[in-house]
Parts: sequence; structure tokens; C-alpha cells
Amino acid sequence: MYAALWRILPGPWWVRLLILLVAAAAVVTALVLWVFPVIDQMVAPQDVTVDE
Amino acid sequence: MTASGETIRRPRRRISVAGVLGELLITAGALVLAFLGYQVWLADLIVGGQLNSEASELAEEWGVGYSDVPPSEAGDPTQSEDPPVQTAPGNAIRFATLIIPRFGGDYNRPIAEGVGTTDVLNKGNIGHYPTTQMPGALGNFALASHRSSGGGNFRDLHQLRVGDHIYVETPDGWYQYSFRNLEYVRPSGVGVLNPVPQVTGAQATERYITLTTCNPFFSTAERIIAYGVYDSFYPRAGGVPAEIASNVTGAG
Repeated sequence: MYAALWRILPGPWWVRLLILLVAAAAVVTALVLWVFPVIDQMVAPQDVTVDE
Repeated sequence: MTASGETIRRPRRRISVAGVLGELLITAGALVLAFLGYQVWLADLIVGGQLNSEASELAEEWGVGYSDVPPSEAGDPTQSEDPPVQTAPGNAIRFATLIIPRFGGDYNRPIAEGVGTTDVLNKGNIGHYPTTQMPGALGNFALASHRSSGGGNFRDLHQLRVGDHIYVETPDGWYQYSFRNLEYVRPSGVGVLNPVPQVTGAQATERYITLTTCNPFFSTAERIIAYGVYDSFYPRAGGVPAEIASNVTGAG
């Protein structure tokens, strides 16, 4: 899968590496900004109050 | 020429189902690790920073602003007379902020009315138990907030030291409390919300602040409670108390 991706990308190795790094940064940013906060609210302890 | 070129070309590896599955699993593992890193360290930094600036802007929303008195010359607190007491606002309305220098030079978090999970707490607010008193009133100003996630407002509650100052900012000014002690109770330990905490039916003659959150970290098995007692009130016109100048202006 990743080997195929590497073959599809154009240019010499350092251009491919640059493209992959930028893509990885974009994925991580999207995860942190939009995906992780939603998951966090689902798994983190929600109960912080005292009640009967 | 063409024949030799073909022999030099490396044989193309076939994409196998197992290979793709393996790569997907490795990717999934990396994502889980990334999420853990986010949850433990990054989330509360990001959300906490947003909350700090939101709290700093609240004074503007209240339409009060800050006086020009430099913090170093900020006025004496009012000790002799009774501090002002606001009436409780509607549910989920931000009416105050909590400032605790022990939690950092920029720690300033919004306090909203009510302790609902979705409408108050998950929006990063510190919630005020509506059954308890307002700041400045005789009795107990009791608050709840997340230990982790949602900004982790009470993440460091266990780090408080006796005598640490806890400030509550309202449109009127700053109420200063001193941290007194921690207590660990079961989730049903509503006695901490009494006008005199843990004393049933007593008439309050002092002003307390009570902070509640979950304990241990990432668990809801118990509640950790921090108590403070009221010291004094700094009117807004007298300027920002020097100790919390960086917190209030958001410069920290």
C-alpha cells in the first residue's frame, strides 16, 4: 500500500519525501483539530460533580 | 537495448491482502498512540489556551473593562465591609472567571451557571452548582469542572498548597480566597455542597469556595474536593491585584 503510494508519486526521492511529509502534517492537523476532540469527549471521564 | 533495460528493471512486488492489512494495522496503532498523546498532553494545552483568552475577554463582554491603575499600585482590598453579591444568572451563562496563580501565570477560566455535562462542562466551563451560594455571599460557592478533557480546568487540583490564593473575577471585581485543604469523597458525597461544607443544617457565618472534580485522574471512582476560605474583595475600580496581573490581561 505505502510502497504503491511511493511509486505513484512523481519526482526524485526528496520531492516524494517532501510531499509525504506535507501530507502527514495535514493529516495530523486535521486529526488534532477535528477528529480527536470528538473522540475525547466520548472516552474521557465525564462525571465530575457530586450528586445523590 | 530494450531487452537489457527490461532485465535491469526490478520486478514489481505484488500487493497482497495480508500486506495491505498489516500496513493498515500499523497505521491504526500509530493513530491510537497519537490520540493518547493528544489526550494526555496536547488537548488541555490547546483547549486551555483558548479558554484563557475567552476568560480574558469576558470583562469586555460584561462591559466593564479594566481600570488604568497599574497592578503594582493596585488598591487595598475591602475587608471591613461586606463584598457585593450578584444574583445568579440563567443556566450556562458565564458570569465569572476563576484565577489560580498556582496553576500558571495565564490560568484564567470561565465560570458558568449550572453543572450540566453538555451545556456547561463540556464547553470548557467551570460550572457553578445552582443550589449553592454566589461569590461573596455567606455560605458556599461550589464549582465543578473536568480534570482531563474540556480544557482540564481542575487538572492540577491536587497541587494546591495551603494558603494558595484562589481568585474569582466578576464584573464587580475580584474575590480572593485562600486554599485550606483537600478532601476525597464518594461521588454521592453531596455534603461538600452545604453552606458549611460537610455540616448539615448549619448557619454559615463565613464564605467558602469548594472545587469538585473526578479522582483519580481519568477515573470517576471518587471526587477530589478543594476548599478555600474568603479573605477579601478587590473592587474593579481599584485595579487588578498584582498577583494575578498576568492572568487577567492574558499576557502570561
